[in-house]
Amino acid sequence: MTDLTGMTAAVLAGEIAAGHASSVEVTQAHLDRITAVDDKIHAFLYVDADGALAAARAVDERRAAGEALGPLAGVPLAMKDVVVTRGLPTTSGSKILEGWIPPYDATVTTRVRQAGIVMLGKTNMDEFAMGSSTENSAYGPTRNPWDLARVPGGSSGGSSAAVSAYEAPLGIGTDTGGSIRQPAAVTGLVGHKPTYGGVSRYGLIAFSSSLDQAGPLTRTVLDAALLHEAIGGHDPADSTSIDAPVPAVVAAARDGAHADLSGLKVGVVRELSGDGYEPGVLDVFAATVRLLTDLGATITEVSCPHFGYALPAYYLIAPSECSSNLARFDAVRYGLRVGDDGVRGLEEVMSLTREAGFGAEVKRRVILGTYALSSGYYDAYYGQAQKVRTLISRDFAAAFETCDVLISPTTPTVAFPLGARIDDPMAMYAADLCTLPASLAGTPAISVPCGLSEGLPVGLQVMASALADDRCYRVAAAVEAALADRDGRPILAAAASL
Amino acid sequence: MPSISRAEVAHLARLARLAVTDQELDVFAGQLDVILGSVARVGAVAADDIPPTTHAVPVTNVLRPDELRPSLARDEVLAAAPAAQGGRFRVPRILDDPE
Repeated sequence: MTDLTGMTAAVLAGEIAAGHASSVEVTQAHLDRITAVDDKIHAFLYVDADGALAAARAVDERRAAGEALGPLAGVPLAMKDVVVTRGLPTTSGSKILEGWIPPYDATVTTRVRQAGIVMLGKTNMDEFAMGSSTENSAYGPTRNPWDLARVPGGSSGGSSAAVSAYEAPLGIGTDTGGSIRQPAAVTGLVGHKPTYGGVSRYGLIAFSSSLDQAGPLTRTVLDAALLHEAIGGHDPADSTSIDAPVPAVVAAARDGAHADLSGLKVGVVRELSGDGYEPGVLDVFAATVRLLTDLGATITEVSCPHFGYALPAYYLIAPSECSSNLARFDAVRYGLRVGDDGVRGLEEVMSLTREAGFGAEVKRRVILGTYALSSGYYDAYYGQAQKVRTLISRDFAAAFETCDVLISPTTPTVAFPLGARIDDPMAMYAADLCTLPASLAGTPAISVPCGLSEGLPVGLQVMASALADDRCYRVAAAVEAALADRDGRPILAAAASL
Repeated sequence: MPSISRAEVAHLARLARLAVTDQELDVFAGQLDVILGSVARVGAVAADDIPPTTHAVPVTNVLRPDELRPSLARDEVLAAAPAAQGGRFRVPRILDDPE
């Protein structure tokens, strides 16, 4: 690893602004790193070297002309392939979109470009963001830089692997049931799911529209906050976008770095522990609770009795919404068309195309969603799941009456081996046990590295009430600073060198 | 809760326009039965008087100004389609041949 790829985004932006390094040098260093290690990792589905260098040159020219640059200008980024990028192939990890070149940019893409952030390319993911391991990608799995025999989490596993392997200092992920936080946890990164509506969904290829949210994956809390502020905020093109200022997450990250949480009331969620949780993960979590006490926080145990129903509710709501959203892949407007021989009719061509273009997990969820929405079953499944969603929101509301934030492990286990869960859907779904409640309630949650178990990273999840994203960042930054102080180095420094 | 049969899965796949194979039907029927058996417990918890949540952030009647704005360039959109003809999407036939 060269000096430039080892720096955080905040430091790189400072070096570029001060003229100590050009964006072209920084970008080239990361492209070289991708060339050197991505054969082993397979984080990227598409690398846009020419486009990245052109964007970098534009930033360097603006600086030379004396223009004021944004706080991340010139810094490279890995973009999850679910986010639409004009002129760059976008597949969402599916064969059904192989070769598709979008004619427009997602709002997240537009804001990344406007901030002068340099897109290196598009990262691998579980097909249509359905999965927790990136093994459901139609283009082959991504590997965890900590241990190449293990998964990098999912569905944003390409972005998590790219950032933890120093191929990029910034990554964009999307989180429907945990797809930013879980990959962050198992690769030793910071990952934040913003309040639902905090970041525009315009141009995110929709999986479950009432849950999908884009957010940052980075090596530090401050970098995540800087990227959050760059992509967040109201967007008239997304009717569920919140018309309010972005929470002051950068200020919160800087404040939290003083590692003083005096007066903060932290609730430990009783239901996010116990059976199915690895002892090593629970040990690291317990040590983190003690650390928070040392930092001045008051810890109480809280009960959220309906969190245990989050997994069944999620696996009815998300498949239901996806079965509707994926109807757009009709073999007419974009992507694959199979069997159009001039004799077969539209329905048959559509059925053959979707059969050939979708992978097993996508088909499974489309069929499940079709079932849950069908007449006679709707009330028992989808309707009940939506009521559970209400109960989970009420649990959060009650807990936030006495607590400023709630905490839990981000995942019940450390990164699992490739292939270990791919044939057992329920085992795969259990990876999202701790992240699902905040998804269903639309509330913000962050994962920050808090230790190692069996030499692999463990994440702490910090959850806050809607629009209080800044609280997540403040607590995460305090934990990050205290652990760096204790260990003398960041947790990611323990990862194997590639 | 009822279990799901192979025939039901075949019917659902047809509704969802998925030409699944016999082998897939066998696998999916077994897996969906397990998944449904596990998620059915949502039925045990929510009382009749609990309102459903469709969206976490309640927003209603979001409107934008009624102003003309440019749309995507037709040729660019059609270039990304599987088949185009005469400035339009070309689709397979949608009506049965007259017998």
